[in-house]
Amino acid sequence: MLELKNIQKYYNPGSVNEMCLFDDFNLTVPDGQFVAVVGSNGSGKTSMLNLICGSIDADRGQILINGRDIAGEKEFQRHQRIGRVYQDPSKGTCPSMNILENMSIADNKGKKYGLGGGVNKARTDYYRDQLKILGLGLEDKMYTQVGSLSGGQRQSLALLMSTMTPIDFLILDEHTAALDPKTADIIMKLTDRIVHEKKVTTIMVTHNLRYAVEYGDRLLMMHDGKIILDQTGEDKKRMDPDHIMHIFNEISVECGN
Amino acid sequence: MALIISILEQGLIYAIMALGMYITYKILDFPDMTVDGGFPFGVVLAVVMIRGGVPPILTLPICFLAGCGIGTVTGLINVKCKVRDLLAGIIMMTALYSVNLKIAGRANLPMYDYYTIFDNSFVNSIIPAPLKPFKTVIILVIITLVVKYLLDWYMNTKSGFMLRAVGDNDVLVTSMGIDKGKVRIIGLALANGLVSLSGSIYAQQQCYFDVSMGTGTAVIGLASVIIGTNLFKKVTAMRVTTSVVIGAIIYKACIAIAIKCGIDSAYMKLISAVLFLMILVFSMDRKKKVKAA
Repeated sequence: MLELKNIQKYYNPGSVNEMCLFDDFNLTVPDGQFVAVVGSNGSGKTSMLNLICGSIDADRGQILINGRDIAGEKEFQRHQRIGRVYQDPSKGTCPSMNILENMSIADNKGKKYGLGGGVNKARTDYYRDQLKILGLGLEDKMYTQVGSLSGGQRQSLALLMSTMTPIDFLILDEHTAALDPKTADIIMKLTDRIVHEKKVTTIMVTHNLRYAVEYGDRLLMMHDGKIILDQTGEDKKRMDPDHIMHIFNEISVECGN
Repeated sequence: MALIISILEQGLIYAIMALGMYITYKILDFPDMTVDGGFPFGVVLAVVMIRGGVPPILTLPICFLAGCGIGTVTGLINVKCKVRDLLAGIIMMTALYSVNLKIAGRANLPMYDYYTIFDNSFVNSIIPAPLKPFKTVIILVIITLVVKYLLDWYMNTKSGFMLRAVGDNDVLVTSMGIDKGKVRIIGLALANGLVSLSGSIYAQQQCYFDVSMGTGTAVIGLASVIIGTNLFKKVTAMRVTTSVVIGAIIYKACIAIAIKCGIDSAYMKLISAVLFLMILVFSMDRKKKVKAA
């Protein structure tokens, strides 16, 4: 279970540009839940993910995983149990290394990166099977440099790599935003399958309201560092993109833009 | 003939240094100026040790490890103190000048009439008389190849994969739950180990230490790396490390030819600098466009 308790976060404290993003922010995500998060720019979605992953630190408050405070852990330590896919497809893979090498790196997550052979030949067939599921023909390109793949192919690979080893949390940071609609659909279906197969607790930030409604067990809408809509179960199933768009417009009017 | 042998000798020695710079410059994208102090550091350590009676062959691993120590310090300055890469190297280069002078005790230290890895009873007995003029080259080829293959091997281990990944996309290294700062420090340690190793070999070929002999080493190393990697970019069957070794030899050949053409050797560093500039311009290896003022 992931809990964010009484989180407070200021940007540029003490200067004229001081901005309060979170003031007493609370969120609890039970194990196995697939949470979709929507909200306008600057509402704090990505900052929330960054707080969980340790990319930024909270000024006050607790971040608990199964009751244990992880505030003291560095970003790389937290990532031992977290898989993260970024908006930018190039962030999840190594461009100058080939697919086989990239997958070998991901496969070793959680273990020591010592002086053993980097590529485990015996696992090649397993990697190939995993790639075959994507249906992008990557299984025949094991020795192709990842840098020469398309954005969609790289993002599929990044998603696969982030979930290869057992993880507690999957963090998806607008991971379909940089892709064309068709590729985005493929990635979204793949995401849904992986999340359900591995039963991994997932937080997905997206600007695509349709994905937020269609996928996931819970829908959050954020605005100005607060959760203004939180629906699960039957309530969520009754939501549709138009309805959410309506709420979205309302908050925008309140802000005066 | 003597010219070719001299080019090969110098080129092969500097090739080991260039392999180190390949790690920092190409893999870590870290222009490491530590080299200008780390290379003579290897030289002075080897000279002092051999004068003190340490077996010549032992100076190689010792200088390598000492170089790793220097690289670690550069890495700590960069990663922990958050000093920019270029400045971290310049700080170390400046500090090492005094360290080298202190170890030597004076500005230059000769080492004639001592056994070296090129001149000892074992080598002299094993190499047949007709090959005697090529003795140094033969030994250097062996050492350089061993270093090259060890580096190739390391780059294909899990640890080596992390090193390649950190220069390529350090976000991925963090995602794997690994401290990217630590990986960078390991890379810098390894690179500077090779640089000091190269210095210790240079010491035994030149048989003296001079406190200013490190000036311009980084330029030679970078030029070798850039020549090698650009010239053989299209030859995919060849490993990058091989290209770097050949690049170092080509660079030394260019300098030797320039001097052979009658250019005053006082202009040596000027030639190096101009040659380096030409290589940079022609290879278009500049990642960031220079902003117009």
